[in-house]
Amino acid sequence: MSDKPSVTIHADLCKACGLCIIHCPKDILQATDKINELGYPITVVAKEGCIGCGNCYLVCPEPGAVTVVRP
Amino acid sequence: MAKVYEKSSAFFDTFERKPSMQKTTHYCPGCGHGTLSKIIADQLTELGLQDQAIFVGPVGCGVFIYYYFESAAVSSAHGRASAVATGVSRANPDSVTISYQGDGDLAAIGTSNAIHAANRGENMIVFFVNNNIYGMTGGQLAPTTLIDQTSTTSPYGRSVLNDGYPLRMAEMMAGLEAPTLVARVGVNNPKNIRQAIKVIKKGLEIQRDKKGYAFIEVLSQCPTNWKKDPKEACEWIDEVVSKQYPFGVFKDLTDERGAQKRRSERPEFSAVAKQLGLVDNDDDNSTQIEIGSDALQFKFAGFGGQGVLSLGMMMAQLSMQHNMEVTWLPSYGPEMRGGVANSSVVVSKDVIGSPIVDYPDVLVALNRPSLEKFGPMVPENGLIVYNSSLIDQVPANLKGKVYALPATELATEAGTGKAANVVVLGFIACKTGMFKQADIEAFLAETFKKPALLETNIKALNAGWQAADNI
Repeated sequence: MSDKPSVTIHADLCKACGLCIIHCPKDILQATDKINELGYPITVVAKEGCIGCGNCYLVCPEPGAVTVVRP
Repeated sequence: MAKVYEKSSAFFDTFERKPSMQKTTHYCPGCGHGTLSKIIADQLTELGLQDQAIFVGPVGCGVFIYYYFESAAVSSAHGRASAVATGVSRANPDSVTISYQGDGDLAAIGTSNAIHAANRGENMIVFFVNNNIYGMTGGQLAPTTLIDQTSTTSPYGRSVLNDGYPLRMAEMMAGLEAPTLVARVGVNNPKNIRQAIKVIKKGLEIQRDKKGYAFIEVLSQCPTNWKKDPKEACEWIDEVVSKQYPFGVFKDLTDERGAQKRRSERPEFSAVAKQLGLVDNDDDNSTQIEIGSDALQFKFAGFGGQGVLSLGMMMAQLSMQHNMEVTWLPSYGPEMRGGVANSSVVVSKDVIGSPIVDYPDVLVALNRPSLEKFGPMVPENGLIVYNSSLIDQVPANLKGKVYALPATELATEAGTGKAANVVVLGFIACKTGMFKQADIEAFLAETFKKPALLETNIKALNAGWQAADNI
């Protein structure tokens, strides 16, 4: 495990509500045009710099769509 | 210390109960239901309560709660989740009972259920997901819809004069004495969610410690029916909705309350099976039933006040004491005195399918209208006993064996005209051979506590019995 905090967005579960993007204090999450199996344009982690605050996990309504690890 | 935010183990890995798309919930993008479910799941795991949890689902968007949680779950009829949860909680006093309801469910059709469960201080936690609208059915006006808010059934906005004021459930619940915790939280931004986590954890701890009723109203966004995108919807909660429904803890007696233990009587499983007719009753001391079949249908009819309902009840109870299956179905007008009344009693050796008696084997008619109405329904081998003290004309179209019994007269001789029903009981018990005289006397002794009254009734019984012997 890396000693840096990290965030993972599980694209196949994302419904593109965009709440994680709004509430990321470091603005590292981004919407894309790529459509997943559910038909939603997925959100990706576009930059480094996650501080492991967990905001994206908390606001995400979909169980399992976001995982955050803060070592 | 490492902190990992990930899908809680209180959720199923794959939502296999869901017919399709089993990896994701059925909720719309941005819906607060999913966020609340995640908080509950996380806290259940953290407190180690997952195996004790029993969810009671509502009707509404939350209806599929059992798709997601790997815990016990019950679905309930619309609005009845708090009532069902009451049963669940009392039958399983060691469980953590979670009622999960929306605003159309709890604040509209189920208001009384919710309030009375709260007022009884049941050991349960109620999550009241308030999104100001009927979500599942397509955005109709709910009792919680804001003033001037448009919905499909309030296209010009909610009007106070037409629809009343938005219902503040948490404040109402806080006004009751019984609830231990009443709070309103939000799941629209990280700050509110963190606050919600604390409150929900406390609510679940109250359940773990059996400290009574917890009510947590959760302001949830409904982007779909509010016709806003998820971001706008979340902001709208802060800017508008929370003005009508302020956040806060309205009541918290966690520290003052101890564990409350209800008396819980659970029957043995064998007794339940017997009640349900799942085991054969081989007792052979059952009464002889005659007139050709294993079941007898009685109709007792007369004026209200003549004791026809009690007569039916006595027949049913006596039969029950003789290990028969019985039903007793009264029928009477709204008057407390006067009017016509009748009771239908079915006595059977087997389980009874229907308590309704259309063609009685035994008819007791204590007044003339009853004889005219029910007399023709008695089949040829049936018995008709009519009260000849009050009936002087017998209809011509009767098929059964007809007995004239001056019941009121005999009862008056015994001490009181009110005992006419006991005269009849003695008469038909003797005629059908269902009970011994001594059995009925013992039964009367249980029913009538005053010695003088008992004596009168035993005299009436004997009068009926002798009349049957003599006819």
